[in-house]
Formats: sequence, C-alpha cells, structure tokens
Amino acid sequence: MSFFSKLSFGFLGVVFFSAIFAPWITPYSYETQDTLNTLATPSFSHLMGTDRLGRDLFSRLIYGARVSLFIGILTTLLALVIGTIYGSISGYIGGRVDGFMMRVVDVVFALPDMLMIILVTVMMGRGITGMFIALTLVSWVTVARLVRGEVLRIKEKTYVEAARALGASSPRILMKEILPNILGLMVVTLTFRIPVAILAESTLSFIGLGVAPPFSSWGTMANEGWKSIKFYPHLILFPSLAIFFTILSFNFLGDRFRDGLDPRNKARFG
Amino acid sequence: MLIYFFKRLLHGIPVLIVVSTITFVIMRVVPGGPFDQEKKLPPEILVNIQAKYHLDQPVTTQYLLYLKQLAQGDMGPSYKYIGRDVADIILDTFPVSITLGAMAMLVVVGVGVPMGVWSAYRQNSAIDRICMFYATLGISIPSFVLGTVLVWLMSHKLQWLPPALWEGPRHMILPAVALGAPFSGYIARLTRSAVLEVLASDYIRTARAKGLTESVILFKHTLKNSIFPIISVLGPLTAGLVTGSFVIEFIFSIPGMGSFFITAVTNRDYPLIMGVTLIYAVLIVLANILVDIIYMWLDPRVRV
Repeated sequence: MSFFSKLSFGFLGVVFFSAIFAPWITPYSYETQDTLNTLATPSFSHLMGTDRLGRDLFSRLIYGARVSLFIGILTTLLALVIGTIYGSISGYIGGRVDGFMMRVVDVVFALPDMLMIILVTVMMGRGITGMFIALTLVSWVTVARLVRGEVLRIKEKTYVEAARALGASSPRILMKEILPNILGLMVVTLTFRIPVAILAESTLSFIGLGVAPPFSSWGTMANEGWKSIKFYPHLILFPSLAIFFTILSFNFLGDRFRDGLDPRNKARFG
Repeated sequence: MLIYFFKRLLHGIPVLIVVSTITFVIMRVVPGGPFDQEKKLPPEILVNIQAKYHLDQPVTTQYLLYLKQLAQGDMGPSYKYIGRDVADIILDTFPVSITLGAMAMLVVVGVGVPMGVWSAYRQNSAIDRICMFYATLGISIPSFVLGTVLVWLMSHKLQWLPPALWEGPRHMILPAVALGAPFSGYIARLTRSAVLEVLASDYIRTARAKGLTESVILFKHTLKNSIFPIISVLGPLTAGLVTGSFVIEFIFSIPGMGSFFITAVTNRDYPLIMGVTLIYAVLIVLANILVDIIYMWLDPRVRV
C-alpha cells in the first residue's frame, strides 16, 4: 500500500471509530451550551471553538460524523443491493425483459438528480428518511448498469455453461457462479459511491434543505458556519475539512481497489 | 443528419413526460399544500383560491389540465410571486444560469484539457504528478467547500473580488471557478489517459519516424484523435454543472433558476417547481443530443 492509501485508511478508521464511540470520546454533549463562551475560537477547553449558542464544535463534529456517515453508507448499501438484484436479473434473463428493464434505468438516469433529491427530501418533510429515500432513488441505477454489464460478460463464460450443463438452476447459477465474480466490482462501486452520497447529503444540508434539527450533519454545520464566515471562519472550516478529507480518502481507496482488481496491474501487487 | 436529429428529439419526449409525471406525483402525494400557512386562511378564501388554481380537482384531472396548458406554451401562474407567470420568471432567470454554466464550462475545458495534455506529454514527471494530484483534489472537493473558501479568501481577506450578486464580469469569476474547478480535475484525468493512449499508437510512431516536429505531432496528430472521450463526457458534464449550480447560486446569491427552484420547493409553488424542473430536463436532453451530433460530425466512423 502506498503512503496515501495508508493515510486514507487511517483517517477513515479514526472517523469511524469516533463516530461509533462518540458519547465516550466527546468532551461535551452536542447540545451543551457554554453560554459564557459563545463563538469562541479554538482553545484547550474547546478544541475547535464554539458556535453561536456556545456549543462545542469538536463534539458536534463527531456527532455530525454519525449522521453523515450513516446516510452516506446506508443509502449506498441499499442502492447497491437494489441495483445488484435488478441489474443481475436484467442481464441474466436478457432479451426483451432486459431491453425493457434497461429502458426504465435510462429514464431514471435522465432525471436531473439534484432536482429530484431536493424535491423528494423537502416534500417528505426534510428528515433523514426523506433524504434516505431520495438518495437511494437516484443512485441505484448506476449500480444496476454496471452489474448488468458484468453479468452479461460473465454469463457467457465456460464455467457458467458447465454449471448449466450439470443441471444447476438459474438462481443457483446467479448466486454461486455469477455473484462471487462481481463481488470485486461491488466493493469498488461501494467505495466510489459512498463519497458521492456523502457529497449529496452535505450539499443539500448546506443549502438548508437537508438534515434538520435536532440532528445535524457536517453539511448542516457548514451551513451554520457560512452565516458568519466573515468574522468566524473557524465555524465553517472544520466541518468543511471533515467532509473534504472523508471524500478524498474514499476516493483514494476506491482508486486503489480498482487498480487492484485490474488484471493488468497484478504484477505490482504480487 | 437532420432526420437523426429529429429522431433524437422525439426520443427525448418520453423522458420529459416521465420527468413531469414523477415531479407532479411527488408534489401531490405528500400531505400539505401551497396555501397552508402558519396563520390559517379563512376557509371561504381558501376554497376560492383552490378553485382558481384547480386544486380542488382530482390529481389526474389537474395533471391533464397542466399538460393541456403546457402544450399551448403556458406554464401557468406562480402561486407565490403573485401576478407573475412561471414563464416570466424563467425568462428572467434562465439567462443568468446559462451564463454561469457556460463560464464554468469554459473553466472546466480551459483548465482540464491543457492540464491533461501536458501531464500525458510529460508522463511520470513532476508536472504529471502535480496535475494528477490536482485532479484527485478536484474530484474530492465539494463545490460548496471550494466556493466558501474562495469567498473567504478572495473577498473577505484579500478583497479582490465581490463575494456575491451578479452585476458584471467581476462577479462571475468566483462562481464560475467554484462550479467549474472540481469538474476540471475529472476532465484532466480523462484527457491524460486519452492522450497517453494515442501517443502509444503506431501512427504517432510513424509521425516521429517521418521526422515531424514534436509540436506538430502533439497538436495535429495526437490532440485531434484524443478528443473523442472528452466530447462524450460533455453531456453528463452539462448535467453535472446544471445540478451543481444550485449550491453555487445559493452561496453567491445569484438570481438564477436554481435559487428560484429552492424557494419554490420550500414554498410548494407547484407551477414554478414544474416549470424549472422541465427546463432543466430539456437542457440536459438537448445537451446530450448536441454532444452526439458533434461526435458524429467529428468522427466519420459513427455517421449513420
């Protein structure tokens, strides 16, 4: 592993760890108000300073990681499951069914996605659920397309033919022969799609249409910080950095996984 | 060619119908309406308003009414901007958004392509590494983070450029960079791999063997043949810029379609939501057709 991949791995590890064990790590609760120290700059008592209401930014950032990662990872997993089932069925059956199923994918693909995400989230009442549905709705099609392509390729392989000759049923062939061979692709897709979901969530929350109180994500925090960027830039700096480094790390790891999967690069990994 | 163009246009119509249907359904199935306010309207007034906008009819009837209206080129009145038609608002805001998009596109192509070519030409050199590092950063930085950093640095600290509004060329620089720069990293990567592939091909070796100068090889033989992958992503790229413009218009208080869409969604201004969504969808469909036509025009092999 290169230096950058190790760094990315380490960074994500720290973020995950602190998100999971947030109540034990954070020096304050995310809603405790230190009213004597509102809008404080970073110091020893408040590592990243405090916001307008005197809440500790460091603690809020860690609790925000929970919301951001939760939405990012769970929507991607859901999209992956739906997309994989849909794509593999479409690719495996082929013919007219495939043609029709892919037409549906084409149409969803053509939807202006940010518009749909905004619309669904706001109409569902600006909660985590709404955002969850919205993000899954637009992102499963990418997975479905990728998986279908792979299944089309794999189902022509001789070992699939052999399984069929031995009398294996279609579900068995899909589960035992085809699925294990697209697992690599799925891992790569997962690593590349999680940052996309995190980005969408934080962007939406930043424009004030995403995660609503009592929850707050990194995007919500950036939105709060944006209002006072001129005089208190630290309020927006830390959540922005958190978003940026998380996405960067996922992208680095994704690149790494993809290179590792590519047989042309095998020599370098031996 | 013309026939192909019209065929593609016809293919776009089902997409638009689906977009409008989905938008319509999403707007209407959830509880609440555009005239629910904190201070309740007297019931008789509410009934009047709903009758005026046909909101008392069943959803299907409303939808058919809307489509009929739309077919006549009328996008209906805005619910919240009293006295203004949706078409009016779009006519005002569309030029702003399209200018922003075009400027951003200029940044994307103007920065991304030269960077990609340069780093491919000097493969594995320090320049290559710097360019590809920029590309990875670009892909990972959300445009709202870049936008806020630019505002803080260029407007608040250095006071070189205005932090908001849309009043002249100086106001356009920061938004265009914030919107375009993240995508330019992607284009740089793409250009690099395309140029590398062409540089390794036989006809470039032949060109070298003929003793052509490096600049002729690079600009005349290589660039011409590595342009196709770049053109084919311009369609999705346009879609990306369109959707990215929401947050940029929000940061810089630009009076474009994105800003109006955001307010329209929060206000449940149904006709305005529909109008803006449709215009964006048309824009994306048209961009994809245009890209395919440019592709065909440049590459005789894919001509139909």
